[in-house]
Amino acid sequence: MRHLLSTSDLTYTQAIRILDTAAEMARISEGPVKKLPTLRGRTIVNLFFEDSTRTRISFEAAAKRLSADVINFSAKGSSASKGESLKDTAQTLQAMGADAVILRHSASGAAQRLANSHWTSGSVINAGDGTHEHPTQALLDAFTIRQHLRVGTGDLRGLTIAIVGDILHSRVARSDVHLLSLLGAQVILVAPPTLLPIGASTWPVQISYDFDSVLPLVDAVMMLRVQQERMSDFFFPTAREYSHYYGLNADRLKKMKPTAIIMHPGPMNRGLEITAECADSARSVILEQVTNGVSVRMAVLYLLLAGAPSEDGEITQ
Amino acid sequence: MTDYLLDGGVLADGKAVQVLIKDGLINQIESVVSTLGATNLQKISINGCIILPGFVDLHTHLREPGREDSETVESGSRAAAKGGFTAVSAMANTFPVADTAGVVEQVYALGQATGLCDVFPIGAVTQGLGGTALAELGAMADSKARVRIFSDDGNCVFDPMVMRRALEYVKKFDGVIAQHAQDPHLTKDAQMNEGLISSKLGLKGWPAVAEESIIARDVLLADHVQSRLHVCHVTSAGGVDIIRWAKARGIQVSAEVTPHHLLLTDDLAESYDPIYKVNPPLRTQRDVMALREGLADGTIDIVATDHAPHPAENKECEWQAASFGMLGLETALSIVQATMIDTAMMSWGDLAMRMSTSPARIGGYADHGQGLKIGSTAHLTIVNPTRAWKVDRDLVASRSRNTPYHGMEFPGSVVATFYRGIPTVLDAKLESATHGN
Repeated sequence: MRHLLSTSDLTYTQAIRILDTAAEMARISEGPVKKLPTLRGRTIVNLFFEDSTRTRISFEAAAKRLSADVINFSAKGSSASKGESLKDTAQTLQAMGADAVILRHSASGAAQRLANSHWTSGSVINAGDGTHEHPTQALLDAFTIRQHLRVGTGDLRGLTIAIVGDILHSRVARSDVHLLSLLGAQVILVAPPTLLPIGASTWPVQISYDFDSVLPLVDAVMMLRVQQERMSDFFFPTAREYSHYYGLNADRLKKMKPTAIIMHPGPMNRGLEITAECADSARSVILEQVTNGVSVRMAVLYLLLAGAPSEDGEITQ
Repeated sequence: MTDYLLDGGVLADGKAVQVLIKDGLINQIESVVSTLGATNLQKISINGCIILPGFVDLHTHLREPGREDSETVESGSRAAAKGGFTAVSAMANTFPVADTAGVVEQVYALGQATGLCDVFPIGAVTQGLGGTALAELGAMADSKARVRIFSDDGNCVFDPMVMRRALEYVKKFDGVIAQHAQDPHLTKDAQMNEGLISSKLGLKGWPAVAEESIIARDVLLADHVQSRLHVCHVTSAGGVDIIRWAKARGIQVSAEVTPHHLLLTDDLAESYDPIYKVNPPLRTQRDVMALREGLADGTIDIVATDHAPHPAENKECEWQAASFGMLGLETALSIVQATMIDTAMMSWGDLAMRMSTSPARIGGYADHGQGLKIGSTAHLTIVNPTRAWKVDRDLVASRSRNTPYHGMEFPGSVVATFYRGIPTVLDAKLESATHGN
């Protein structure tokens, strides 16, 4: 594995190996010396064509804990905003000797395009491409679920996980669907019909328009952010009506299993898809997701860049 | 003027003949012609090749004036000749837009000066392709370019009242409105066919219904005002059904399909390589089969290339940032042979009808599409159906390289093209000595 572009490219063995490695990284992060020398002298570029402070900081923290040199390239205020193409930017970074490019881009497929071009020879890690995928988010979601509901090892067989909200525009949902089902979980997509992609019924998921009927079945609910601009495109009538049918609130919390956890990839719209009560409740693991994000991204960087020996030969540089 | 004897060829029906081209006209078609009276006779052996009437394209983007970095009338004419075309129709979405007599006359004159094929300009339906005010259709029709086809291609004439008036107005000079059927509200920021693949890739969908609903509206409008409608680049099974229904009702509608929609499908977008980004988009295998059936049974009248050159930088980028369009002139015959002839869905006679006779009739190009008729202008395309070739984007005659067929092998090729009795292509190579006229 040279790049991480999509969770659909991962085999079961690779996915488990990333999660196990992330668990190792988490243990190190809890110790007194948080830093590993593994990637000393390697250069990692955070190439962000789209604002995302939290994802960028998470990757930056992960790279720094592995002792890599990190260059942050934000397209805002840079030559990219003056019309420089992805190709020229990538070639410039290549000329500066980047070993890996972490790419965030508003265009679906940008990371795959970069990986399959000759514009850069380094590893490409997809940090979110348009409405396509966000694989490290799915990995941290799977990691968090495993920590809470599967004592931190193995896969997710026997668990039922609802992903609720704007599936149509969500790169997190697409990555989660592939990965969680690969790991054996049953995924239920819950959304109004307007926010489900055409043909989602062919995905390895169940689909429901009725959040309340799904709540008692699930071990985890993943609430997706609803963008304010969706309202102007007629996806639902009003924010109030959306919250009424698909928002997570105290009443709905009561319908969930006592062991079920609440997740959100952030940033949250409190009061729209999730109430403050739920976001801040003891059942919420939203901040743990953030913490786990660093461990998972350390694992990905380590496995892609350190040339880690592999028993199964599947993850090598 | 040199006269030519084509020796050893066959007609579309397989009959072995010699053809004598004299003074730029088809002089004789016989098993053995008499060359008495021929001057400066050149004999060309075309052993076993099929002699077809010169191809006519009703949908070509030549980019001149305004985007000469991607194509010019001259380079596009070279690509056309290489593809076996003796007439092409230059789309109006140039800079400036071909919405006045001045621009269409300029494009026509550039074609005549190049002299590799006739370049018939298509006029814009609305001023600046803006969709709100009719362009001076009469002035373009009366100009030296004698425009008969009008299209806002690239944009849909979406306002139903504008479309109705345009259809009515062109009846005065037997014109036709060539509609790019695309509901703009249903396709805002659309990137590819809406379906399983677009959902997976997270690319905004272009649903077939956005095309079909406009086709349905337009055939009803054409019926109401008793005028002629031409549907550009039909892509979907549903669109074929609507046109079939309209023809059965006696509505004056004609339709075209592009070679790429006869061959390629939307799963190619999984590479995120925008070489496959085209408008209207590639659709599913089911649609491809319906288009082939529609072309075979005559529901779809013609093949048109929608040849759309773009410079490299407009394709070497993210899918969303890339331009729509692909080259088509030089590969059209090979694709139609592969998809329609070699699959036994059509004969070579059918191909001649759909690539020469019918497009010339729809466009009112009297000098073209006459078939192999004694005394008519010698516009001829010679095809070797067993001369396989591999597409190489670095060897195209077009100024641009955006062919989706690079590296693909096709079963047959155009080996010679005669335009007004003069070879523009011989031995599958452009004749350099045929410039000017």
